[in-house]
Amino acid sequence: MSRRAWRWLIPASALPVLALLAYGFRVNPREIPSPLVGRPAPSFTLTAFDGAPVTLEAQRGRVVVVNFWASWCYPACYDEAPVLERSWRAYRDRGVVVIGVDIQDTTEAAQNFVRDFGLTFPNARDPSGKVSVDYGTYGVPETFFIDRRGRIRAKHVGALTDGVVRVHVDALLAEPAG
Amino acid sequence: MKGRYATAVLLLAVLVADPARGAQAPTRAVTESQVHEVAAELRCVVCQNLSVADSPSEMARQMRAIVRERLEAGESPARVIQYFVDRYGEWILLSPRRSGFTLLVWLAPLAAVAIGFAIVSTLVWRWTRRPASASTPPRVDPAMRERIRRETETEP
Repeated sequence: MSRRAWRWLIPASALPVLALLAYGFRVNPREIPSPLVGRPAPSFTLTAFDGAPVTLEAQRGRVVVVNFWASWCYPACYDEAPVLERSWRAYRDRGVVVIGVDIQDTTEAAQNFVRDFGLTFPNARDPSGKVSVDYGTYGVPETFFIDRRGRIRAKHVGALTDGVVRVHVDALLAEPAG
Repeated sequence: MKGRYATAVLLLAVLVADPARGAQAPTRAVTESQVHEVAAELRCVVCQNLSVADSPSEMARQMRAIVRERLEAGESPARVIQYFVDRYGEWILLSPRRSGFTLLVWLAPLAAVAIGFAIVSTLVWRWTRRPASASTPPRVDPAMRERIRRETETEP
């Protein structure tokens, strides 16, 4: 091979590495796509802090917001708790249910959290972690938006804002029922 | 009679129940090392560079319990791993699968070593051949030869 060709070959060999780095740095490592989006939401039956059963099946036909949280998750869960309560109050008469699933927590700390924020939507502990693994959660907070047919349509990682809830819930409400 | 009928209905209900969820009754004994083997394949989701087998976190402990329960229910290790992949994606696997896009991760180092070896052996082959080609004296043009002669002769 001629000397001239060699001179080009060395920088050219760095190109694939640069391309890989360019791709890697553009991808947000926090946004790991959930394979569950578009799939039927895993069913669960939990017992709410007030003793009532909480099941996903019972909500079929409604838009469901399933939020995974923990009382130790500061500040994100503390930021979004009022957002969830506000959304629940605003949407509950339009066929929307908010369900809080408390993971990796103690009952006492979780109950204090629910009381301090005055949460009125169903909240239940997931003592074995089975529901959180069934939903492929990495941590808290994570929120799943489930359509009327029981399919997971979106996943949000991190604290919710009113805007995020509105975008997802309005889109699912706009879909024809059934 | 009524009691027997009820028992039969109950039995049927247990049999018809979703087998994937019917992990309550262990159908076989599972050792700690069998659980460890599966858990070592899985990435702890709340840690950095730790497997579910090695992490002391609460989440990993719960995942190990799920692994044990599914193995006890009679699922194969591959099925249990697939259960996690279905929920977390292949990200959950500590060693990427040897198929599809992630096959590149396995092949790229081999390819890099092969290319490096080819380059080094080419260079070594060239360098070792050079003295042979240099046996014929290089041509020096007459003007240069004359200049060298003059400069060496003026040396005191």
